[in-house]
Amino acid sequence: MSVSGDTIREIAQLARLRVEEDELPALTGNFNAILDLFEQLQAAPTDGVEPMANPLDARQTLRDDVVTESNQRDSLQSTAPLTENGLYLVPRVVD
Amino acid sequence: MDTRSLAELGAALAQGETSSVALTEAALARIDALDGGLNSFITVDAEGALREAREADARIARGDAGPLTGIPIAHKDIFCTRGLRTSCGSRMLDGFAPPYDATVVARFREAGAVLIGKTNMDEFAMGSSNENSFYGACANPWDRSRVPGGSSGGSAAAIAGGLVAAATGTDTGGSIRQPAAFCGITGLKPTYGLVSRLGMIAYASSLDQGGPMARSAEDCALLLGAMAAHDPRDSTSVQRPPQDYVGGLQQHSMEGLRIGVPREYFGEGLNNDVAAVIDAALKEFEAMGATLKEISLPRTALSIPAYYVIAPAEASTNLSRYDGVRYGHRCQDPVDLEDLYTRSREEGFGDEVQRRILVGTYALSSGYYDAYYKKAQQVRRLIAGDFATAFESVDIIAGPTTPGVAFKLGAKTSDPTAMYLEDIYTLSVNLAGLPAMSLPAGFSDHLPVGLQLIGQHFDEARLLAAAHQFQLRSDWHRQLPGQEPHP
Repeated sequence: MSVSGDTIREIAQLARLRVEEDELPALTGNFNAILDLFEQLQAAPTDGVEPMANPLDARQTLRDDVVTESNQRDSLQSTAPLTENGLYLVPRVVD
Repeated sequence: MDTRSLAELGAALAQGETSSVALTEAALARIDALDGGLNSFITVDAEGALREAREADARIARGDAGPLTGIPIAHKDIFCTRGLRTSCGSRMLDGFAPPYDATVVARFREAGAVLIGKTNMDEFAMGSSNENSFYGACANPWDRSRVPGGSSGGSAAAIAGGLVAAATGTDTGGSIRQPAAFCGITGLKPTYGLVSRLGMIAYASSLDQGGPMARSAEDCALLLGAMAAHDPRDSTSVQRPPQDYVGGLQQHSMEGLRIGVPREYFGEGLNNDVAAVIDAALKEFEAMGATLKEISLPRTALSIPAYYVIAPAEASTNLSRYDGVRYGHRCQDPVDLEDLYTRSREEGFGDEVQRRILVGTYALSSGYYDAYYKKAQQVRRLIAGDFATAFESVDIIAGPTTPGVAFKLGAKTSDPTAMYLEDIYTLSVNLAGLPAMSLPAGFSDHLPVGLQLIGQHFDEARLLAAAHQFQLRSDWHRQLPGQEPHP
């Protein structure tokens, strides 16, 4: 399995990253070397093996559906790049 | 350089031979004098540290001190510290001062330890060399032309260089153990879920685990006691009764301890000198009454592709939160929302982080999910099963932490897959969620070699005891780097 520069561009779009054209050849080369590494996995027979998402096979811990946190909007928004009247500001998305 | 252990520093404070303010001022002076050549710290908080030191001295005077009260320690810059820059080694978070403490940080504050600063690390903990930091590479105190290991390399270098006695680290694929090995210190990666991950900036959530780094197993036991506790605000935190790890150091006899030695850890790729050091260390355990048994961990080689599918996949989702909207870096004058996202992320993330996000996005994308991510998670279960089988006949597993000693800065930066092979002996432990530690076992070409001990889930006490007994009979952990680089 190997991918082209066009595929890298598509993945970058999905990941909201921008890849410069002059970086593309080296990135594609590294990417394909990593995919070659991944191909080793195909050697392992895994029919009937349950995927392991948690190393302790722990189940999601749930809590009662009650409010446990106080309103921390001001302190959390203090780290935001741009806010106004308690809202996060972004470029206009509708005309 | 101050090489006193945590117990020695605590005793000096308790007996009034020194004060926390004096210890803190001395540590700040060492950082000021020595860190220019190491770059082990990203942020030093002199004002905050001295304030905490004064509070600790008052606490000691009141007779209200614990074993860590008044001792300066450093935190890896992945742990959120209230009001103090927490960058995770990334430009993305260069200006980020969290409004809260990570649970680990809060627990050390409660214990009265003095937070002296935040240590250098590979950006978002992605790396095996500490060369991926936005703040520049960190150097190995044993030879400043070499890497300290990653991603907790700043913590390891600060301890090995005698700047602090202890620090925190995190280990997603070996990031406590590998730098501990390269820098000649002791580091423990606890069982997944033993130490809270709240406020520990996420890389790969099913693998990340915080743990202690110090000169000795005894100090790591003391630190782990402060770190390990159930955290109701972390859904991956496990509920276990508290353990006295320091008290346990003497409780596990080496007489009759069954040590498994995986044949796959001694094959192609292992440096001959490193192999000889590990052999000698294993013979020392035999001399203490342990028995060695050759075992097999047949899927060891597959841990590399499994890890490098799973970790980037989880990273690609975890790092999607950095969009320039709520916190972190935002590009100048975005023309639209898409431009805001892409340019902020491109400017904020370094090359390795972007590469892993791309790989993870690809692995999770429609059409490839089963071939890569699901397959890797299935192989993960097989790897965990190999360990479970091995532990039916042995108590702990021992081998090298790394295939070689610390490599030269820049030696592997252009070839990510070569860098990934450095983690061959550490990755499978994270995939299986097991506890493991690295302790100094000797030298090769004047550079430290780490012995790795791997335990069963929640068997940290036995690991620490084994390492402690070894350190009672050896002085590798007391060796100090010279001031001049080795040739």
